Amino acid sequence: MPIDQSTMRSEPNTGPNARGRFGEFGGRYVPETLMHPVEELEQAYQLARTDPNFKAELDRLLKDFAGRPTPLFPAQRLTERLGGAQIYLKREDLLHTGAHKINNCLGQGLLAQRMGKTRLVAETGAGQHGVATASVAALLGLECVVYMGEEDMGRQAPNVFRMRLLGAQVVCVSSGTKTLKDAINEGMRDWVTNVHDTHYLMGSVLGPHPYPMMVRDFQRIIGQEARQQILASVGRLPDLLCACVGGGSNSIGLFYDFIPDTSVKMVGVEAGGRGPDLGEHAARFAGGKPGVLHGSYTYVLQTEDGLIASTHSVSAGLDYPAVGPEHAALFRRRRVEYTHVSDREALEAARLLSQVEGIIPALEPAHALAEVVKRAPGMPRDQMILVNLSGRGDKDLGIFQSAGIL
Amino acid sequence: MPSQPTTRIEARFRDLRVQHAKGLIVYLTAGDPTLDATGDLLSALDRAGADVIELGVPFSDPLADGPVIQRASERALRAGATLRKILERFPAWRKAVRAPMILFSYYNPILQYGLEEFAVTAAQVGADGALVVDLSPEEAENYLRAMRAQNLDTVFLASPTSPDHRLERAAKLSTGFLYLISRTGVTGERSEITSSVRPLAERARRFTSLPLAVGFGISTAAQVREVQAHADAAVVGSAVVHAIEERYSQEGPAAIEQFVRGLKAGTGGKPV
Repeated sequence: MPIDQSTMRSEPNTGPNARGRFGEFGGRYVPETLMHPVEELEQAYQLARTDPNFKAELDRLLKDFAGRPTPLFPAQRLTERLGGAQIYLKREDLLHTGAHKINNCLGQGLLAQRMGKTRLVAETGAGQHGVATASVAALLGLECVVYMGEEDMGRQAPNVFRMRLLGAQVVCVSSGTKTLKDAINEGMRDWVTNVHDTHYLMGSVLGPHPYPMMVRDFQRIIGQEARQQILASVGRLPDLLCACVGGGSNSIGLFYDFIPDTSVKMVGVEAGGRGPDLGEHAARFAGGKPGVLHGSYTYVLQTEDGLIASTHSVSAGLDYPAVGPEHAALFRRRRVEYTHVSDREALEAARLLSQVEGIIPALEPAHALAEVVKRAPGMPRDQMILVNLSGRGDKDLGIFQSAGIL
Repeated sequence: MPSQPTTRIEARFRDLRVQHAKGLIVYLTAGDPTLDATGDLLSALDRAGADVIELGVPFSDPLADGPVIQRASERALRAGATLRKILERFPAWRKAVRAPMILFSYYNPILQYGLEEFAVTAAQVGADGALVVDLSPEEAENYLRAMRAQNLDTVFLASPTSPDHRLERAAKLSTGFLYLISRTGVTGERSEITSSVRPLAERARRFTSLPLAVGFGISTAAQVREVQAHADAAVVGSAVVHAIEERYSQEGPAAIEQFVRGLKAGTGGKPV
C-alpha cells in the first residue's frame, strides 16, 4: 500500500517573522500615513484567518462563484510531442474571470468588508487582477477603482472593457513607464489619500507586510489542491513544479505547500523579454539586486544610483521590476531555481499548447510552458512536471495576431 | 554620554524662539530644471528667508508625491540629477547658503549609495540631515546608527493616521524637528488647511519638545500663518516647485525669491 504522503508533512514555515521578513527580505517601507493602516490590516487579517465563519464564507465563494477546485489535467499529447517527462497542467485558467487572481480577490474582498471599507482600489498589469477585483467588488457591493498603465490599456484592451462593464472605474496611468509599476504608484497615492474608507487590494505577493503573506495564504490553495490531486491520481509527488513569476502570486501559490517536500524541485520563470540589457526584460534574479520598491526589500531591477529601471515583456503581467520578497528568500536559500525565457519562446509555447491540447494559455503561463518545452525532453518518461496554467489567453488574442505566430 | 554639538537646525530654531518668530521651511527638487539652476535657487531661497531648506533627491517612483513634484522629479532625472551628483555639488551650495539644508529622499537611492557612505559623505559636504519619506521608524535602525555617528539630524514624519504609539516613536527618533503631515494624501497645493492639524500638533506636544513643522498642502502666506498658530514652522513644497516650473525659465531666480519672501511674510519674521 502506498504511503499517504499527505499525512507526513510539516508546515512550510518560510515566514514571515513578526516584522514581516522572509529571511532578510520583505518588511514595511511605506509613508507614515500608511503605516498604521497596514498594522490594522495585519490585525484584521490575523483575526479573520482563524475565524471559522470567514473561512466558510471564503470556501463557499471559491467553490460557487470562482469554480474551485480546478482540474489537474494530464497533457498527454504535449507529453508525447516533447518525448520526456509527463506534463500535468493545474487549470487555474478555468476559474471565473480567467485566472488565479480571483482566489486572492475573494479573500481580500471579504476582509475589506469585515473591516468596514466601502471602496477597493487595485493596480493591474495584464488586467486579470483588475477584472477579478472588479468582479468581487460587484459581488460584494463595493466601489472599485482600478489603476492601469497607458501601455497596458492598449495591449490588454478587452480587459479594460470587462472592468468597465463590471462597474469599475479604470484610471489610465500615463506617468513613468506607463505599466504595472506606475499603476501601483498611482494606486498607493489613491490609498494614502482615501485610507479611511478604502482597502488597497494588492494583486500579487508584493508590497508592505502583511500583503506578501496574506496574498500567498489566499493563493496557496493552488498547491494544496494540486498536491492532493496528483497523490490521488498518480500516488506520488511530482518531480518538478513550474510556474511563471511576475510579482509571484501564482508561483508561490503552487510552490508553497510543496516546500517541505524535498524531493520536489521547483522552477520559477521570469520574463526574458527581448534580451539581457537593462530595460529589455523583467528577469529580476538575473539582472537585479536587493533594494526597496513599493514597500518591500527584495530583488529589484535598478540603476547604480538606485533608480528603478524600466522593463519589457510581451506579457503585461510579468512586466514589473521587482519580485515578491518570499521569492527572494527562496532564491537565496536555493529552494527554488529561477530562470527566464524570451518573448519569442513564450509566444511559441502558447501556439504549441493551443494546437496540441486545445488550450489557449495567457502569455504569462506561456513563459512557464516555454521552460517545460526546454526541460521535458531531457527528463525520463517516468518523471512528472506539474505546471501552473495560471490564466487563459483570451485577453492576448490581439498580441498573438500581431506577433505573427501563425 | 557626551552631548553632541548643536546642529545648524537646532541653532536656527533657537534663534527663532529668541525672536518669538516662527519658521518657514521650503522644499525644492535638486536638479529641477538643472543642477546649475539648483545652486541659484538655493541662494534665492536663502535670501528670501527660508529657515530650513529641504532638498529633494529625485526618484523614479515618487509614490508619496502629487503631480507637481512628480513632474519636477522627471525634469531633474532627465537633467541627470542623482544622489551622487547632488552630493558632489553640495559643497559649493553650502558655501553660498546660510540656512540649514536637509536631503529629502526616498529610501532606495540612499540604500544603494550605502547607508554609512551616505552619512559620511553628507556630513563632509555640509548637509545637515535627512528625511526619508518611505523609511518608517521600524526599518530605520541601520540608517539611524549611520546618521547619529555623523551628528546629522534625522527628521521623521507623523500623520493624522498615526496613533499615539507611532507619534511617540517618530518624536523620539527625530532630531532637529518633527514633521507633521497636515492631512492624509500626497504632496500638493490645497485651498484649505484641514482641521486635523491642530489635534495632531496637540498630541505631538505631549511627546516632544522638538520644534513642530507642518507640511503637505500649504501654498500661501495666509496658510503659513494659519498653521503657525499650532506649530513652530510651516513647510511649503509644491507651491514653490510650481513657481519654479512656471516662472524660472522666463524670470530666473529673482521671481522665486520674491514668491518665497511673500510666504515668509506669513511667519511674521524677517529674512535674516
